[in-house]
Amino acid sequence: MTAASLVVTDLRVEFSGFVAVGGVSFDAHPGEVRFLIGPNGAGKTTCIDAITGLTRGTGSARLGEQELLGKQVHKIVRLGVGRTFQTASIFDELTVLQNLDIAAGLHRSSVSLLRARRGIDPSIERAVDETGLAGELATQAGILSHGQKQWLEIAMLLVQDAKVLLLDEPVAGMSHDERTATGELLQRIAAERIVLVVEHDMDFMRRFATRVTVLHQGKVLSQGTVAEVQADPKVQEVYLGTAGAATTAAMAVVPEPVAETLKLTED
Amino acid sequence: MTKLKPWISLSGIGVFAVLLLVIAPLVLSDHWLNNVGKYCCWAIAAVGIGFAWGRGGMLVMGQGVFFALGAYSMAMHLTLETAGDQVPGFMVLYDPLAPLPAFWEPFRSTGFTLLAIVLLPVVVAGILGYALFKRRVKGAYFAILTQALAVALATLISSTIRETGGDTGLSDFKYFFGFVLNDPANKVMVYSIAAALLIVCLLAVWQFYRSRFGELLVATRDAEERVRFLGYDPANVKLVAFVVSALMASIGGAMFVPIVGIITPAEIGAAASILMIAGVALGGRASLFGPALGAMAVGWGQSSLGSTWPDGWTYVLGLLFIVVILFLPQGLSSLPARFAALRRRPTVQPTPAIAAAQLEEVRS
Repeated sequence: MTAASLVVTDLRVEFSGFVAVGGVSFDAHPGEVRFLIGPNGAGKTTCIDAITGLTRGTGSARLGEQELLGKQVHKIVRLGVGRTFQTASIFDELTVLQNLDIAAGLHRSSVSLLRARRGIDPSIERAVDETGLAGELATQAGILSHGQKQWLEIAMLLVQDAKVLLLDEPVAGMSHDERTATGELLQRIAAERIVLVVEHDMDFMRRFATRVTVLHQGKVLSQGTVAEVQADPKVQEVYLGTAGAATTAAMAVVPEPVAETLKLTED
Repeated sequence: MTKLKPWISLSGIGVFAVLLLVIAPLVLSDHWLNNVGKYCCWAIAAVGIGFAWGRGGMLVMGQGVFFALGAYSMAMHLTLETAGDQVPGFMVLYDPLAPLPAFWEPFRSTGFTLLAIVLLPVVVAGILGYALFKRRVKGAYFAILTQALAVALATLISSTIRETGGDTGLSDFKYFFGFVLNDPANKVMVYSIAAALLIVCLLAVWQFYRSRFGELLVATRDAEERVRFLGYDPANVKLVAFVVSALMASIGGAMFVPIVGIITPAEIGAAASILMIAGVALGGRASLFGPALGAMAVGWGQSSLGSTWPDGWTYVLGLLFIVVILFLPQGLSSLPARFAALRRRPTVQPTPAIAAAQLEEVRS
């Protein structure tokens, strides 16, 4: 699959003088699960906000040949950039099917909007199979479990046929099993799409990241594989604090899933 | 079950149509039939408000503006039809030699008048909605702005006595597109047109509700930003709903004129606009039948209680409004669903969507 990559160059975001993101560059390609990590206030979410048009940023964020910065939110979405939010933002009063159907409507003509839904889009069936929501189509989205809500959001992005999935803390509040399922889901999705995950959960990052970008105070501190980032003394210093050595040792305890991850993506 | 629901509410519309178009003309006196016709006009506007407010979340407090566009278009045509070749009587009163104002002239034409009733609200609501929704004006600001427009238009009409009849309004229509309005048979015809238009509007909204657009509209109401991130421009979604509701208000206004026989600024100003909202809130803004039935109930209360006890009626309406908002935020139409829910699971509160659906089941 030779799909376009997401290339962010010298992205800057200022809020009335305060520099939230000061010249961040990174790229993400189909086939990898890219993680964006960093302490609170590092500018991770702000990066995503800027790429998706929610906040104004300068610099450049390109998807293939297309410049994303400066475009309106819904137009960026139509170019194939989808995102989730820290809190699940689905339509609680609508069913799972209705939620997905609205997401699929992006590629429909306006006239067809006036007709009632007949049957289920093949894209919706694929997405619910992928995310394990096949049995929940008629369920009202508001009563789904927390994990299912997050998966519904991801399913909506799949139905939307987003080329880029920007996921803001997708496993926050999930149980261990749900995290594993989500991580595996992301790896499957990443085969054909660009997946960029903003995350606090270090264990999750170690298990499922292909490459990692560490942000600190609005700047890129380090980039590379999990092992490279872990070994970076700068990361140990600022991200892990003074207890750096001890935490690095703790981080190194879980190398196995990482190896698995790499093997998976090579396939 | 879920597939059946739309058809259940469709048969509900069928029952309503039979009641209005067949039973009502048979059993009601001319006077009451005329009254029901008037309620139908308010109900048409209310159906549009239910669409924009209940489903779209836009508190349209100035539907009087669009009601006026339809009403005055129709009234100008009927006035000219009655006056024949002469300048309408009330104009001569102020200045015997003055010519007909230029903007009246095209309303001599039947086609132009009908077109104006449809296109004027669409154009005005289109421009207004585009400007407001693109700039993301919403909530209380939107409500106040529309309300202010209704006040402004009412004031404008009041202050242009020579051109529009001012506070006295336009009245004394003798003909309705060639038919003599005094003839009882023609009165039944005019009533039937209004009732049929109400049914058509209900059908249109029924189709909207079950369409993908209806789902998208509810989604926009509940999470506008999220809809944006699904690749839609919420402004366009809201614009469609706003324009449709404006069109319905205009149609209601247009039929109001031949049925009631007079249109004044009092029928379109702030108070009238709020009264339209009140009916919708009482009936249940998000349900299919709630707005229409609520508006008809308020209309009925106004002409029965309002004529025998004019001072008390306002208080009764106010009290009813407070009680409903406090205890039944989804309107009276959620009452059956509430009872049903109480009997089954005492603690469960029905959500609006469920309540509406259940109501439709109960009604059929």
